[in-house]
Amino acid sequence: MKALQFKTLDIVQIALFAAIMAALGLIPKIDITATLPITAQSMGVMLAGIIIGKRNGFFAILVFTLLMLAGLPLLAGGRGGLGLLAGGSAGFIIGYPIAAFATGWFYEKFSGLANQFATFLASVLGGIVVLYAIGIPGMILNTGMEPLAATLFMAPFIPGDLIKAVLTTIIVAAIARGLPEQFNRA
Amino acid sequence: MISLYLATPTWLHRIRVSYKLLALALISLVLIPLNSLWLWGAGLVLTFVLYGTLGGEALKQLISFRPILWSLLILLVLQWWLAGWHAGVLLVLRMSTLILLANAITLTSSMDDITEVMLWLLQPLKKLGLATELIAFAMSLCIRFIPLLIAILDHLIDAWKARGGGKQYWLVIAPMIIQSLVFSQHVADAINARGGIPKQ
Repeated sequence: MKALQFKTLDIVQIALFAAIMAALGLIPKIDITATLPITAQSMGVMLAGIIIGKRNGFFAILVFTLLMLAGLPLLAGGRGGLGLLAGGSAGFIIGYPIAAFATGWFYEKFSGLANQFATFLASVLGGIVVLYAIGIPGMILNTGMEPLAATLFMAPFIPGDLIKAVLTTIIVAAIARGLPEQFNRA
Repeated sequence: MISLYLATPTWLHRIRVSYKLLALALISLVLIPLNSLWLWGAGLVLTFVLYGTLGGEALKQLISFRPILWSLLILLVLQWWLAGWHAGVLLVLRMSTLILLANAITLTSSMDDITEVMLWLLQPLKKLGLATELIAFAMSLCIRFIPLLIAILDHLIDAWKARGGGKQYWLVIAPMIIQSLVFSQHVADAINARGGIPKQ
């Protein structure tokens, strides 16, 4: 399949974005308001799909996920290892690469829109809707929680995720200004 | 870069990763449908005993699970409220047992061995034309990049502080990504100049 042919630059960007995900886990918590600290890491999922494209973004987050499951403490807060697959967030961890792909896919579909709108919408649909659509059933499956309880448990994270979509939009705009050639291929 | 792996060998280190993973899969398959609190309570106690046999270092690792206790507590309350106390306690016992068991595999298996099993699990993708050795190459490249990215991030945060920047640290993300994308072109050129990605 041609979609799975990689050039050297593709592989390097996949590895590099996986490393960016790890570095994002180290950024001090973002205090947008005093009561709502958010971690930068899940923003990496949105950024990957948009900046290096749906396929490379998928594999970048997949590489990050595999390294994390293999035991590198890369998840924000220094967590890692196979135990993550037994926890309530397993669906979100498995959903990360798929959400990166979805974000990139939506971003391509919205190529007719202004870049900011396309980025924001793709981040919300791919990085929030798709991610939660995989994460919450995973949580129900893994914990045996009531669907309502699982949804209530995750609801407080949604405002933070919307802020991340806004920040992603600002960051992508800054990168598009600084490095326009990166966006030519989309 | 420190992995979670315990350097001092224990009896669990000597068992092959694939067997440990298989055992965990079987344990979850058999136990998850069972709803007895006694059974899961005993399971958790046995898991602690298992950590005990792995020695002091493994027991110390248990402390790193403290942050998870909070989310377990919230889960307990939610589940108690919506489905009764039995369901709540069961949920917490089951999750902590399985998380700790899986973590025991991480503690006692080298990253190389686990990575090998993962690439084996990705084999079906090979049929679609995905070169799994490229994924393996990207994984080792990523491990090499992480300290580098952390260095770039530290520089940017220092510069940000030096200019009197506030708490909006996320503003360093854009320059971090721009710097690393520029750098990726150099790395790709360097790899190509040396004959490209090694074929296995």
